[in-house]
Amino acid sequence: MTDGGDTIFALSSGALPAAIAVVRISGPAAGVTLAALAGRRPEPRRARYVALRDPDDGALIDRALVLWFPGPATATGEDLAEIHCHGSRAVVAALIGWLAQRPGLRMARGGEFTRRACLNGRMTLAEAEALGDLLAAETERERKAALGAAEGALSGHIRNWQDRLGEAAAAIEAVLDFAEEDQVGDSVSVAARDAIAAVRDELAAVLSQPAAERLRDGIRVVLCGPPNSGKSSLFNALTMTEGAIVSPRPGTTRDVIEMPLAIDGLPFLLVDTAGIHETEDDVEVIGIARARGAAEAADLRLWLGGDVSAGGCDLLVDAMCDRPLPRPLAGKACVATSAMTGEGIAELRAMLVERAAALIPHEDRLAVNARQRDALSAALDRLARPDPDLVCLVEAAVAASVALGAIDGDVRDDVLDRIFARFCIGK
Amino acid sequence: MEQFDIIVIGGGHAGCEAAAIAARTGATTALVDFNPETVGSMSCNPAIGGLGKGQLVREVDAMGGLIARAADAAAIHYRMLNRRHGPAVWGPRVQADRVRFRAAIQAALRATPGLSLIGGEVVALRLAAGKVAGVELADGRALAAPAVVLASGTFLGARLFRGEEVWAGGRSGAAAATRLAAQLRELALPCARLKTGTPPRLDGRTIDWATLPVQPSEDGDWTMSHGGRRVLPQLACAITHTSSATHEVIAAAADRSPLYSGAIAGRGPRYCPSIEDKVRRFADRDGHQIFLEPESLDTSEVYPNGISTSLPRDVQEAMVRSIRGLERARITQWGYAVEYDHIDPRALSPSLALRALPGLFLAGQINGTTGYEEAAAQGVVAGLGAARHACGAAAAQFDRTNSYIGVMIDDLTTDGVTEPYRMLTGRAEYRLRLRADNALTRLGPVALAASCLDPAGAVRIERHLAERSHTADGLAGQIDSARLRAIGVPAAGPLRSVGEWARSVPIDRSSLVALDPALAGVSGAVIDECLVDARYAPYVEREDGKVAQLRGDLALPLRVDLDYARVPGLSREMIERLDAVRPDSVAAAARVRGITPSAVSALLAANRMREREDAGAPCST
Repeated sequence: MTDGGDTIFALSSGALPAAIAVVRISGPAAGVTLAALAGRRPEPRRARYVALRDPDDGALIDRALVLWFPGPATATGEDLAEIHCHGSRAVVAALIGWLAQRPGLRMARGGEFTRRACLNGRMTLAEAEALGDLLAAETERERKAALGAAEGALSGHIRNWQDRLGEAAAAIEAVLDFAEEDQVGDSVSVAARDAIAAVRDELAAVLSQPAAERLRDGIRVVLCGPPNSGKSSLFNALTMTEGAIVSPRPGTTRDVIEMPLAIDGLPFLLVDTAGIHETEDDVEVIGIARARGAAEAADLRLWLGGDVSAGGCDLLVDAMCDRPLPRPLAGKACVATSAMTGEGIAELRAMLVERAAALIPHEDRLAVNARQRDALSAALDRLARPDPDLVCLVEAAVAASVALGAIDGDVRDDVLDRIFARFCIGK
Repeated sequence: MEQFDIIVIGGGHAGCEAAAIAARTGATTALVDFNPETVGSMSCNPAIGGLGKGQLVREVDAMGGLIARAADAAAIHYRMLNRRHGPAVWGPRVQADRVRFRAAIQAALRATPGLSLIGGEVVALRLAAGKVAGVELADGRALAAPAVVLASGTFLGARLFRGEEVWAGGRSGAAAATRLAAQLRELALPCARLKTGTPPRLDGRTIDWATLPVQPSEDGDWTMSHGGRRVLPQLACAITHTSSATHEVIAAAADRSPLYSGAIAGRGPRYCPSIEDKVRRFADRDGHQIFLEPESLDTSEVYPNGISTSLPRDVQEAMVRSIRGLERARITQWGYAVEYDHIDPRALSPSLALRALPGLFLAGQINGTTGYEEAAAQGVVAGLGAARHACGAAAAQFDRTNSYIGVMIDDLTTDGVTEPYRMLTGRAEYRLRLRADNALTRLGPVALAASCLDPAGAVRIERHLAERSHTADGLAGQIDSARLRAIGVPAAGPLRSVGEWARSVPIDRSSLVALDPALAGVSGAVIDECLVDARYAPYVEREDGKVAQLRGDLALPLRVDLDYARVPGLSREMIERLDAVRPDSVAAAARVRGITPSAVSALLAANRMREREDAGAPCST
């Protein structure tokens, strides 16, 4: 149903300038708008190369490929038009500017196409969320995880859990409401208890997995250590940039510098920090406090230097192995690297990947984000201590199903239908 | 012309309660029935109460109703269903002596001041200016009243079936109420067809009881009514089963059943299917349970619960003979099926007033329900609604959080029915608090506020509430484990309230009195109720959260004049269902079947847009 809603449009492709830009129009006026621009509305689902003209003065805006998708079988569930025009800023600005003048049309808000798809039942909330992750995916692993969820891996699991909880609840309801019937016996409630316990165990297993945010936000690798231990040089060597200022003077880095980076398809966020030492300098004191904060929030702490402080370390790194002895870490078990010669950098990258593997969801496993994790935890909480009283147990199963439903925004179920499909009830 | 405040048509369970409660509020009330002798009859099985139904009976009793007291006066077999599960789902039930039940109801009606029992057949409603003004009787008499409660059961288009036999009518015969039916049809109300059935009745003297396992009446002192007494000698029920021979008899006669010949189109209750339905749908089962229920102390009639049927007489005969213990049983009354029209209850307000005709209230089977208890509970609601309409009586608040009555009314008026509606505990989302044992606590204040109690009923509630608060104080007291061990309760652990102890260690009436001798004068039922409260308290607190949410976010109002077809995101099916209900709040919309949370948010968005439009704000483009 699209009547009554307004029509929205937006640049749907990436940053300009680009070879091609895609502008999407969704809503009841999509068809007439496209016809006005292209002279006539093209055949549904066939690409046509047309001249886009301002119908008022006939001025040419661009020559473009246009597509027409009548609703409701479209991505948004509404009438949908796509214009693939040249990706120059001027062309896109002219087109968008013209669209914005049309009555009943307005620029889409962020995520509004997806929101309409959800409202029109074209995708579930979890699928929409995964699509968002997919669009933002920058690494190969992220893309795979997002793709899995977008294709309904999580939604599928939720449906499965809800289904089993629903079956168990229906079985218990049958026991409670039809206790006098000869075939709704004790075995029914025993099986239902077992089914609820099995769902509980699966939820617990998923929750024991690392969080999916690391896939999106990157594994936080923090370089810390005493001043002048080579943190910024190592940072630049790992990121292959000049992101951090390097100088021989201690205390050059005074703030926290972050840079995303992908190694072997895994997302990392590399963080350079101020050298940690005793100082009277006000600005440095602030920088050191931030360095300690960054170290605390780290997934992996690389400590460059001798005595480890600032909340321990995961990897000890001698970042200046090209320098002559004595060096503080010489002879200790550490990774030896040199930003100057490149020695050990590849080995360090390999070690980061190895350590990271334990911190991110396994490729074949279900990845959940914080919101989904909250919902799963809430569900697990309701199932954790099964009450011997069936009335309370069924309450818990239903509450858990409702909690799971928060992920996809859907839980309705007719318990009675389930009961009557299974049991011969009635005297 | 005789003038009343309220006229109730039909002396079944709904009509009797409606008339009695209306009269108790002070309204002058007429109860009109074709035959005053049969007022208060149990037309089907001789049992009152059960799962979900027992709760309804106690609630009607809390409102001062008749059914529980009549049930106790007639009870020949007591049984607390679900005793082995939690007390939230215990269902008190009795087998009631038909003759004594009817006599008790009639006596109670006669003893109600302001209530007249009138014999006569209502043939039409009198209307004035589009409102109800009274009724016309077949003998030409007319009765005037601004409010009429229609509780006449399955009279609308009823057809009865037994094999090839088909006949029209309800209780009062073929000609009954056709003009009344025509008037209702003129209102073009949404109607649908339902079906129900009844088993053949047996002569108990011809049953071989010795070969069958018996179920004795349950000992104890609980009763259907609050503070009632057990007065009659108790009888046992017996249990038998259909056999594979029974199933063969039924299967062989399938082509003679009106259910499968297409003669019956109405939808029957899935929880009370006919035996031919059971055999067909569950072909793998080699036996179905039958309860043999005595109907009276004075007659030998037995009701075989579980073999409702519309098969022809010869098949009924063969079927009965194939059942263990019934080989020689004589059938005293043949089973049959009834198909009838009911009004879609979504056409009713929460006080069961028909929106299309001010002053007319509907209660009982006409609303698509089944069961004496469901009917009685609707009688209470419609009676109070009519009293409010006619005399401005105080409103009674029933909702999903305080009663099964509220659950049923809300289910009926928002969801409608697709099969005869029977109460089940599973329909109540707050059933840990909606128990049979605490109905007086839940609805006592509602009844007091509605002024629908006789003086004794009001005293009973006030005493109950006082005893309860006294007991709750006792349960709140903090004690240590030594104190419990001293009275013989094995306990270990830190100091906590008696109520909290009651969740983990066995504390009963006597231990509570031992701890607090001041409770010795409190009734055992009140103490038991408070102990169950303590047991469920952690869960009820969670429910409280849900209730608060229900009364908060979900209480957001929705306009009833939304054009659902123009709300983006609603499927055609959703639009149809919303159109039928026209929910007035988010909560009501969310309860409509098939309405998903995202559909609710779409409704809210559309509602906001309408509010803005109506506020005259210019649309931004």
